[in-house]
Amino acid sequence: MCHPSWGRALAAAQRLRDLARLRRVRDRIDREYGQPLNVLALARDAHLPAGQLSREFQSAYGKSPYAYVMARRVERATRATTRLPRLGSCPTFASSR
Amino acid sequence: MMIMDITIHTSVLPHVDPDASLAFYRDVLGFEVRSDVGHGTMRWLVVGPANQPDTSILLAPPAADPGITEDERRTITEMMAKGTYGWIQLATRDLDGTFAKVQARDAEVVQEPTEQPYGVRDCAFRDPAGNLVRIQELR
Repeated sequence: MCHPSWGRALAAAQRLRDLARLRRVRDRIDREYGQPLNVLALARDAHLPAGQLSREFQSAYGKSPYAYVMARRVERATRATTRLPRLGSCPTFASSR
Repeated sequence: MMIMDITIHTSVLPHVDPDASLAFYRDVLGFEVRSDVGHGTMRWLVVGPANQPDTSILLAPPAADPGITEDERRTITEMMAKGTYGWIQLATRDLDGTFAKVQARDAEVVQEPTEQPYGVRDCAFRDPAGNLVRIQELR
């Protein structure tokens, strides 16, 4: 009945929606990186079981949520001591003042 | 040094839903629309702040180049969705007022106004395509 390409297109669209949901989780981890990571709360707000959230996060970003937040803290501490900007930031105006 | 007369004219961000991106840049950030061509997802929109007529952002369909393979196109759209592809840096003198106005329009907040250790105060949002829109304070 359905053309096979429709099924593939639907699966691809669902995958993009799932990735966008993970992006919101990651952005929230970035915002709250100084607080203890609460995967259960993140999963609840993303309407996902915690185990599934951790697996999907690892698959998308190459690290578990715990490993990711630790990497962010290390990166943050390194930047604080070296004054390096993070990706998506630029110290242009600061350095030209 | 050779003196050249070159300006930064247009930079490009990808969209997935042109109407949603248009609403974000026009209605939320308050940019004017300078050009709107194409239809469906193959739409090219030129927007920019009214007080800066010589510099524009082109919102373009991703991976429209026919030399991009299907695998590459999938990678690009997935990176956009997961928020690791496009980004842009804007600036304003009124960071807190801008943040409040953008947040009030239900934009996806990435970061509240924050003093960064490298001497910049900025905030960040996602546009509807997942591009990171970082806004820093001019001071």
